[in-house]
Amino acid sequence: MQTRMPGSRSTLGRRLLPVLLAGLCGGLALTILSLSPPGPSSGLADEVTAALAQTGVTSPVTAVLLDFRGYDTLLEMAVLLLALGGVWSLVAHLPRIDGRPGIMLDRLTRLYLPLMLVVAGYLLWAGGTAPGGAFQSGAVLGAAGVVLTLGGWRLPPRLAGWPLRLVLTAGLVIFIAVGLLPIGFGSLWLDYPRAWAGGLILLIETTASLSIGATLAALFLGGQPRGDP
Amino acid sequence: MTPATLYALTGVGLFAIGLYAFIRHAHLLRKILAFNVMGSGVFLVLIGLARRTPTGLTDPVPQAMVITGIVVAVAATALALSLMLRVVATIGRTELPDDPARRAE
Repeated sequence: MQTRMPGSRSTLGRRLLPVLLAGLCGGLALTILSLSPPGPSSGLADEVTAALAQTGVTSPVTAVLLDFRGYDTLLEMAVLLLALGGVWSLVAHLPRIDGRPGIMLDRLTRLYLPLMLVVAGYLLWAGGTAPGGAFQSGAVLGAAGVVLTLGGWRLPPRLAGWPLRLVLTAGLVIFIAVGLLPIGFGSLWLDYPRAWAGGLILLIETTASLSIGATLAALFLGGQPRGDP
Repeated sequence: MTPATLYALTGVGLFAIGLYAFIRHAHLLRKILAFNVMGSGVFLVLIGLARRTPTGLTDPVPQAMVITGIVVAVAATALALSLMLRVVATIGRTELPDDPARRAE
């Protein structure tokens, strides 16, 4: 199928490429090696620790994700939805019709699935105080969806219409709604009231992890699940 | 050399390997895989350098950036794979045409 033109330009490029890449790699490595040793002002860890008390969570990463840089996280969930919209518009319907799974996969799915749901719930809850949170929990939920799909399970048609879309968009909608809430109290967009911050972050994270899990599983499926017309 | 620097250097190496494969391979699936390897290298650089704090506590800001980045990379990969399937279905080959003028010859 493919016709590659034998020419001096391509052979020269083929020889030159490793040299150029080695130069680039060496330059980047030198940059990293020449970084000055960490001084007292390097990094934002101290600023984050100092402001942690205002956020209602004690895990610094969760505080950065949901409070200090809440805008990034909000837009990122919009990116996830946009990617799913792109995939759904490119692939009209579910392309793969798989046969029945083997007995091994079937049994393992039944065994793993409750465990994965428990792990996802734990990660979500632990996100307030330790590493964890909506994205990790959503990733496990998405993997659970992938395992279910591989096991031959399909979303029932009556759930594939608006209920699925509700779950997919709930994270973003709740996030925007909670972000708008402080404006009513004379505060800024996404600046949660300090007394409620912990609870609001938990609310955002719970819906976000459900939405992220559903989106990731839907991205894996590749096409729009068939629903009732 | 601290472990943080070692991780960052490994990230640079991964990035270079990914870039090499990205340029050399014409197959679209290999290009997507190479792009993911490049992304992993960037994440490793960020996480490795986040460890370079005087207190020894990892800087949470790059960590949060990488968590968001990983999820976006997964979504972008899914979109890229769908695009690839569409390209294959449309033009019947797994590589993009090199050069329109040359193809017409």
